Amino acid sequence: MSAESGLRDRLEGGLTAPICLTWELTYACNLACAHCLSSSGRRDPHELSTSEALALVDELAAMRVFYVNVGGGEPMIRRDFFDIVEHAVERRVGVKFSTNGTRLDAAAARRLAAMDYLDVQVSIDGADAATNDRVRGAGSYAAARRAMDHLAAAGFAGFKVSVVVTRDSVEQLDALESLAASYGAQLRLARLRPSGRGVAVWDALRPTAAQNRRLHAWLVERPHVLTGDSFFHLSPLGAPLEGLNLCGAGRVVCLIDPVGDVYACPFVIHDRFRAGNVRASGFGPIWRESALFAELRAPNSPGACASCASYDACRGGCLAAKFFTGLEADDPDPECVFGHGERRLATTRVELRPTPSIDHSRVRALGAPGRLR
Amino acid sequence: MVSVASTSPAPAEAFDVARPWRLSPEVSLREEPFGALAYHHGNRRLVFVKSAGLVALLGRLGEYASARDALGALVAPGERARYERALAALAAGGLLGVG
Repeated sequence: MSAESGLRDRLEGGLTAPICLTWELTYACNLACAHCLSSSGRRDPHELSTSEALALVDELAAMRVFYVNVGGGEPMIRRDFFDIVEHAVERRVGVKFSTNGTRLDAAAARRLAAMDYLDVQVSIDGADAATNDRVRGAGSYAAARRAMDHLAAAGFAGFKVSVVVTRDSVEQLDALESLAASYGAQLRLARLRPSGRGVAVWDALRPTAAQNRRLHAWLVERPHVLTGDSFFHLSPLGAPLEGLNLCGAGRVVCLIDPVGDVYACPFVIHDRFRAGNVRASGFGPIWRESALFAELRAPNSPGACASCASYDACRGGCLAAKFFTGLEADDPDPECVFGHGERRLATTRVELRPTPSIDHSRVRALGAPGRLR
Repeated sequence: MVSVASTSPAPAEAFDVARPWRLSPEVSLREEPFGALAYHHGNRRLVFVKSAGLVALLGRLGEYASARDALGALVAPGERARYERALAALAAGGLLGVG
């Protein structure tokens, strides 16, 4: 069910700890997906060491963070990947991790299947190799399917098939649902965001308004399809979708990146939304006291959406989608179902959109990876 | 008083107030300004417990021989039916077990 307004006001005011947080373990990745939220590719030489990562798990456990969404980069590239996730589940910090599947062989699948409190999401961005590989790179579809085969053979019940909804993949939702079902897996859909390398492809890959309407209707009929609260900007189309239906940035979620920087959410890896670094203070003080998170938890103005009867359904949409398309925090979501975002976008200049502050892409015009200042 | 933010299927065990209901050992309960958040690590259900009274009841449920005894000792008579319904909702979500 969705949170009623009284509870939602409390959630927007912040919690003693995140419900969950995303923890990108590494910027290293052997793929180079066009829409990568974290612009991953090369390992950052300053990424948290094993002992720092284990200490962070202990702190999250003490704060009773219920689970972490582990990603990257490709988290399984870290040699201490299993040490970290096994330590987390032993401390009752549940793990939901996302993988491209390339390192998920039969032995890894058996090891994962033996663990409690662990969910695996294998990413695939199309129901066939042609559609998927256009976004995720040559061979990535076959690799993801091999990983799914290994998980199924290991008896890993109910793993997730995770799909970013693009203009192309949205036409394959039924086929993707069948693919997941063929493994006894659950389909999970996520919104394409203009974050990381996604900045460059968002205009071309995002679903059209008509596709978003069909997507909403499709999801309303399928409450078993997971969305991670991704599509609350579509709630004004009718029934609210499963989830809290609010922007959780700095309120109920946040992101810890591979070097320990804490951002408001997984979709805003940018200096504007960096709250601190766990190496300096640990995570707790950042969550409780950072000026950025206090700002995000303060009552927000509906701004341009004040006169919209549906404001309570979408609360103005996604902060990250607005930020990276050059809109203000109190503007409509760029994919506002009434077209208010599109009209606002038309008044902005694409070349003035914020660019990511950090980029670890392996192929990049501007030279070595690192901070772009 | 309770809202469950998940669609995971859960066993719908009938709630018998005469039995010794306990918070499941798989549940983490975290106090929050509005009451508490409860998360079931097994079925991944997240529950908003929106009453300090219910949080207190959950914390001490295990001290009593039955849910009825706990309600009798910790909840005002006029409130008991409401709290019993909340416990039944939590039991339906798998967050309480008979211990």
